[in-house]
Amino acid sequence: MKRIVGRLLLVTFSSAAALLPFTAAAVAEAPQASEVSIWSKVRGSLFAGRTINENAADIVQLDAPSRAEDASTVPIAIRTQLAQTPDRYVRKLYLLVDNNPSPIAAVFELTPDSGRADIETRIRVEQYTDVRAIAELNDGSLYMASRFVKASGGCSAPAGKDPVEALRNAGRIKFRVDGPVVAGKPTIAQLAISHPNASGLVLDQVTRLYEPAYYVRKLNVSYAGRPVLSADIDFSISENPNFRFYFVPTGDGELRAEVVDTKDLSFDSQVVVKLGGVASAIQ
Amino acid sequence: MNRSGIGLLLAAIAATLSTEATADRFTLESPAEGVYLHRGAQADASPANGGDIANIGFIIGSRCVAVIDSGGTAAIGSALLAAIRKLTDKPVCYLIHTHVHPDHGFGDSAFAGSDTVFVAHAEFPAALAARRDHYRAALRQTLGDAASGSEIAVPTRLISGEQTLDIGDRTLVLRAWPTAHSNTDLTVFDLRTQTLWTGDLLFVDRIPVVDGKALGWMMAIDALIAMKPAHLIPGHGPPSRSAEVAFTAQRNYLHKLITECRSALGNGITLSGAVETIGFDENKHWLLFDEYHRRNVTAVYTELEWEE
Ligand SMILES: [Zn+2]
Ligand SMILES: [Zn+2]
Repeated sequence: MKRIVGRLLLVTFSSAAALLPFTAAAVAEAPQASEVSIWSKVRGSLFAGRTINENAADIVQLDAPSRAEDASTVPIAIRTQLAQTPDRYVRKLYLLVDNNPSPIAAVFELTPDSGRADIETRIRVEQYTDVRAIAELNDGSLYMASRFVKASGGCSAPAGKDPVEALRNAGRIKFRVDGPVVAGKPTIAQLAISHPNASGLVLDQVTRLYEPAYYVRKLNVSYAGRPVLSADIDFSISENPNFRFYFVPTGDGELRAEVVDTKDLSFDSQVVVKLGGVASAIQ
Repeated sequence: MNRSGIGLLLAAIAATLSTEATADRFTLESPAEGVYLHRGAQADASPANGGDIANIGFIIGSRCVAVIDSGGTAAIGSALLAAIRKLTDKPVCYLIHTHVHPDHGFGDSAFAGSDTVFVAHAEFPAALAARRDHYRAALRQTLGDAASGSEIAVPTRLISGEQTLDIGDRTLVLRAWPTAHSNTDLTVFDLRTQTLWTGDLLFVDRIPVVDGKALGWMMAIDALIAMKPAHLIPGHGPPSRSAEVAFTAQRNYLHKLITECRSALGNGITLSGAVETIGFDENKHWLLFDEYHRRNVTAVYTELEWEE
């Protein structure tokens, strides 16, 4: 897999100057030498000139295994330590995997209606790497938690285990609310999207195989018509993207997820939330 | 010869320079007439074992030799070829890959440039393309210069379903399996001696690795036991003569993973919760448990999430 400039960088920044240092050549050098500079480049692109508070366990924490057991599926959890209130809330969470071909795995946007800005998902880990979660509050302040993840050994590769089946099932969604649902209490929802979410192949010189990247790029979740979570993601998120997150039920209402992939196919799923109940939907 | 062919040839030349040491201690056993097995170490690849961790070998027919897996480095492949040459000067007409994993295929370099046809599962080329760079980097990181010249060849004869190869008065039945240990599993059955070469569809003593689908693997196990082979050669571990016995521990382990992951999913336990709780009583049965068990739970849990 070739290291490429993350699509998210291109989407997020129109300034070509910001992208210049972040070329394939710059990051293809030995990981030891480039580890610091990848982060400094990503940091320069996303947060130029801004202070990032790194002693921020009272704001954001990151759970990740010390070793990537399965390179294709490494569970991580971003846990924030403040309630989402209109006065003070996490409005963005950046999930970065320094040494992946595309280091910006996801940028989540949250609202006071999210209840809690906690996200659990799974990422691919190409090689040993720092994984970072950066929380941006509504006042623009930034807080970072990071964990070092060792690479998996042996025959573990970040590739999909059955790409043919993954493609056949692309677009199925399982959407679930863990109850019982109580009005005003942040409640966990889990969104599982069947999708290859693959980087594809640049033309493989030996096999002559070529496969374009195919991944989920956008995710929007609303509850009773109000946004709860949206995300720009790419193939650093594992095959069959899976997200656990919170929303605040206020009464009976519909939790709705809309997913768009890089073929511009969109898939959606709804869960009818009833107070006191649990709910799920499978498309 | 195309560019990749030249690359493999150069790799083979480089490899022979560092082969002597490996060839000296290259062991070979013959579990059945004309069937030769080199057993890899029951360990992860390391500088100490030179990446020699998979079972590899060959079957000799009256016309030619079929190699089954080439080993974890070019040096191991060269040692295998040297061992063949001590027994016969018949050409190696086929090199059959049991699957895409690097410990079984990086010795291909030693067989390039000859008339050897590389044979593998139909999904092998795509799986290799998706993993090749990663495998190369991992091999270099683990073995350093001992990895030099090691390349996995692109197969030109692709197998779907069941097909036979004739190596002269000897028929090999090749069967490509639906996703099980990996999505490229291929077994070789020698009709003459009723020897079943399972590749990594069978691990003995060493913990099985789920890099495919546990449910598919369970079905493959049942079908392989039903073949009642006279001899079994696993991908890792000693050969044996009873499929029923040889598959028992692996079958129990996979069954436990499936059962407990299903119940974790039913009880709303998350992936990271499942990885820390499921199946640890299996520890006593397996070598390398700590290295691979959590990975297996991850694979099986995420497989079963999408079960109907
Ligand atoms: Zn193996
Ligand atoms: Zn294997």
